[in-house]
Amino acid sequence: MALLEVSGLRAAYGQTRVLHGIDFRMEAGGITALLGANGAGKTTTLRALCGMVKTEGEVRFAGESIARRRTEDIARLGVAHVPDGRGTFLNLTTEENLRLGGYVRRDKKKVESDLERMFGYFPRLKERRRQQAGTLSGGEQQMLAVSRALMLAPKLMLLDEPSFGLAPLLVRELFQILRRINEQERVSLLLVEQNAAMALGLADHAYLMETGRIVLGGKASELKGNDAVRKSYLGY
Amino acid sequence: MDAFLFQILAGLATGGIYASLALALVMIYQATHLVNFAQGEMAMFTTYIAWSLINAGVPYWAAFALTVGIAFVLGVLIERIVIRPVEEAPVLAVVVVFIALLVILNSIAGWIYTYTIKSFPSPFPKEPLFGIRYMSAHEIGAIGITLVVLAALYAFFRFTPLGLAMRAAAQNAQSSRLVGIRVGWMLALGWGLAAAVGAVAGMMVAPIVYLDPNMMGGILLYAFAAALLGGIDSPLGAVVGGFTVGVLENVLGAFVIGNELKLSLALVLIIGVLLVRPSGFFGRVHVTRV
Repeated sequence: MALLEVSGLRAAYGQTRVLHGIDFRMEAGGITALLGANGAGKTTTLRALCGMVKTEGEVRFAGESIARRRTEDIARLGVAHVPDGRGTFLNLTTEENLRLGGYVRRDKKKVESDLERMFGYFPRLKERRRQQAGTLSGGEQQMLAVSRALMLAPKLMLLDEPSFGLAPLLVRELFQILRRINEQERVSLLLVEQNAAMALGLADHAYLMETGRIVLGGKASELKGNDAVRKSYLGY
Repeated sequence: MDAFLFQILAGLATGGIYASLALALVMIYQATHLVNFAQGEMAMFTTYIAWSLINAGVPYWAAFALTVGIAFVLGVLIERIVIRPVEEAPVLAVVVVFIALLVILNSIAGWIYTYTIKSFPSPFPKEPLFGIRYMSAHEIGAIGITLVVLAALYAFFRFTPLGLAMRAAAQNAQSSRLVGIRVGWMLALGWGLAAAVGAVAGMMVAPIVYLDPNMMGGILLYAFAAALLGGIDSPLGAVVGGFTVGVLENVLGAFVIGNELKLSLALVLIIGVLLVRPSGFFGRVHVTRV
């Protein structure tokens, strides 16, 4: 059974249609990348999956329909979202931000050990533990956003441009951590990226979006070999 | 000198009440970015409930606890029934709803209990406490209760997961939903807590100003001044502002401007703060890129 099954998903901001009926599916334990230029509808797709925009169509998560359910209920089912703009709680401390990530969990002991695990992944966050999150640098806030999402102990993690604003070295480090999370904890990842080369390196499947439609989909290795993708998105 | 000290201490007692009410205002402001004009009338109405309970023979502290509980439930209900439907409405619409709430609560209290002034009992003895002659037992008791309420609220917001979730929901609703916090309920809880704090303030001030449907008019003005002075988005500021306004009111009222003009002091403070330092002592200065 697919972990995520999207069919005929449409979304609009007011009168403006942004998604024109998209279909895709994700297997449990996989990493899927959504690629496309600015304005193709990648961010909106993630927002639609989490009930953050008005949608039509069907979204099934682990066999359960989550279309038009409330964002907080979808999160409670195990869908974590690293949103566009990072969504940091600016006036709270780094640690409070992380604890909020695990707010709905009942296994409090595991939450404590997960907190330490995040500090293991990102030692910078441990140094800034008691600091107001608003004073963290952009890169640190990006690490915080990823860690906060992981604190939910999600089954599926939606990542909106996790490499945004990170130095190249940090991007590589972050992608290694994402791979580890995927392999060791069986967290499935749905990744939206402008950095198509990095994304295709990490993902096993990928879909290409253009103006609110999915125009191409398949194994990441196939997309990498596709001439159109190569010219437009990989640049060689 | 004695008279001066006496005015300062009396000011601290009323200041504690302004601080509580100002804190209630700040709690709602943080969540909704609006000032709840009905905060005073909510406190007045719940004080009448306490009065009814005490008159029905319920012992004072039991009535006190019951009233705080009822106030909490009323606060939650007001949020769910009255405020929720206008959540997305323009600011002015919500302000009108707040004012309507003020008038409705005032009229219902007048209708049920009449506008005749009633005395309200103090739980504290008539004789001075601990041999302190500068303050009445009620004033000392009111300060004590205020401090307990403030400390309890601080501990709740600072150290409990629910308190953290409420702060998060007030600050960033979208991110809160993404981690699974039920933001709507957090706002309702905030209203409940604000109403409960207001109820305590009402019960503490009623023995001093007596009970009538308009008792909170002046007090709410002082609380506005206190909240603004401390910074409308700062809980600590509300508390400091409350005590400051209480002392200023008493000292200036007694020695400088006279008791008749005391209330205008609140208005002068409000205008002064807005003109000179709109963010107050502890408030966040909002900077926007243009």
